[in-house]
Amino acid sequence: MLEKLFPNVDWAILLQETLTTLYMTGISVVATFILGIILGLLLFLTGKGNIWENRPVHLIIGAFVNIFRSIPFIILIVLLIPFTKAIVDTMIGPKAALPALIVGAAPFYARMVEIALREIDKGVIEAARSMGARVTTIIWKVLIPESLPALVSGITVTAIALVGYTAMAGVVGAGGLGNLAYLDGFQRSRNDVTFAATVVVLIIVFIIQFIGDAITSKLDKR
Amino acid sequence: MISLSNVSKIYKSKLKGSQPVKAVQNIDLDVDKGEIFGIIGYSGAGKSTLIRMLNGLEAPTDGSISVAGREMSKIRGSELRKARQEISMIFQHFNLLWSRTVRENIAFPLEIAGVSREQRLNRVDELIKLVGLEGREDAYPSQLSGGQKQRVGIARALANNPKVLLCDEATSALDPQTTDSILDLLQDINERLGLTIVLITHEMHVIRKICHRVAVMEGGQVVELGKVLDVFKHPEKPITKRFVQQITEPEETKDTISHLAAEFGQGMVIQLSFAGDDAEKPVITHLIRHFDVEVNILQGKISPTQNGSYGTLFIHMLGDEAEVSRAMAYLNESKIGIEVIENA
Ligand SMILES: Nc1ncnc2c1ncn2[C@@H]1O[C@H](COP(=O)(O)OP(=O)(O)OP(=O)(O)O)[C@@H](O)[C@H]1O
Ligand SMILES: [Mg+2]
Repeated sequence: MLEKLFPNVDWAILLQETLTTLYMTGISVVATFILGIILGLLLFLTGKGNIWENRPVHLIIGAFVNIFRSIPFIILIVLLIPFTKAIVDTMIGPKAALPALIVGAAPFYARMVEIALREIDKGVIEAARSMGARVTTIIWKVLIPESLPALVSGITVTAIALVGYTAMAGVVGAGGLGNLAYLDGFQRSRNDVTFAATVVVLIIVFIIQFIGDAITSKLDKR
Repeated sequence: MISLSNVSKIYKSKLKGSQPVKAVQNIDLDVDKGEIFGIIGYSGAGKSTLIRMLNGLEAPTDGSISVAGREMSKIRGSELRKARQEISMIFQHFNLLWSRTVRENIAFPLEIAGVSREQRLNRVDELIKLVGLEGREDAYPSQLSGGQKQRVGIARALANNPKVLLCDEATSALDPQTTDSILDLLQDINERLGLTIVLITHEMHVIRKICHRVAVMEGGQVVELGKVLDVFKHPEKPITKRFVQQITEPEETKDTISHLAAEFGQGMVIQLSFAGDDAEKPVITHLIRHFDVEVNILQGKISPTQNGSYGTLFIHMLGDEAEVSRAMAYLNESKIGIEVIENA
């Protein structure tokens, strides 16, 4: 049955490329989560009326975030070639895609983090200050827990975008399902391969969305 | 316990050309240990600004503030954080962490103070009993009523055994009954723990019910200050009179009185006010026994304060001119306040 529908699909390769995609997505999601939260916290805390209010720093981080968020991903990959070579020492394979994936997604996520933090009731931060909390305590015990549902739903959206980015990265040599669909499927006119790769991408996206939604609603005690 | 001298706070406006806001101007104030001190004023009077300077959430532009032996305007960093653990605050909108249960919210200031886990659990249990939240320990704030949330706020504020409790409109978001139960709790805490409480409000009822002394604020200044009963007896400034009227003359009184006076067509309507022991003298009995006048009681009300009761009585008095003026002379002599409202 499957043989008939997908005559050209090599299942072992499909599995391997799926794992490559999952690897790229997984690592970049974790790195984006950490980096995005750090950048988002800095954006928030240096913002107007906040604990570390500092206009120059806020503007610099803001500009950095906006620039990297605006560069189309495919161009970003090319722009980052020297940087990538310097740190991972290769231009092919999944590892080579990681710097571009992270640099592309972290600023995007940082903005979402900033927005999530701004949604926190100012009064709660003030209450913590009135109890004599230090800034690190406020970050760990107020800002992050109080915005956690929004942080998780933000990383869910970002993770889904990252699956798309890995497909693009695949085309330029990183491997994965994008690479399979394009090189093996499209360029060799094997529509069934393209189709199978697409279905797997969709399944991954659905699973990410499902897990993200479940965690968000479990965390949200409001 | 708290001493302010010549304290001012000026907010520089960010808009070019507009005037800086003088939120608080030249305030001198002393609050004694164990006192419940009320600050009343309308919106924008500078109450929040003042109370926020007491725990260093705002720094004064001028003047000095000392709380529990610390010069609040001079300290910063870890010393300021230590001081804040002794000066707790409760808020109009409770400001609880929604991500934490009742128990975890109350434990928060203990975590900040570095109390061990075991001691935290014991202390939290004590506090839950103190504020009457047994059985709700594991609820999240979203599952509590306003009054219960404020109880959590109070328990949280008491966790580190503070010396001073600041209340910024702590009952303004609550209905009258819940307000009373929270005020009872605050009074109970004040008596049991000897805690000094500074409380701001725009409701005279709150002042009447639990405060020992009151300061009236207007335009960033304290315009009147004294024992609550004295302020009820002799309000000096028009704004103070209006606040006192919130209690002594409920909205509809004025209408009712003038309506009745019109119906009588003759005689006069007088407002008598009694304070402290005077409230117990049989003035009306004396009035009708010794003077040939008719007395109708229109409305009466007794408002207990922390320094004694304050009562008002509206009467309608009818008789011939000579008798009425003799009766008035008697009233003037006795220590009660009289004011002629309508004279037909
Ligand atoms: N951060 C700020 N920047 C500029 N102006 C401020 C700031 N905070 C308060 N003000 C101004 O100071 C004045 C006093 O404000 P404050 O909040 O102390 O009043 P309030 O008596 O607490 O009023 P309410 O009953 O509405 O809470 C107001 O005119 C207000 O606009
Ligand atoms: Mg206020």
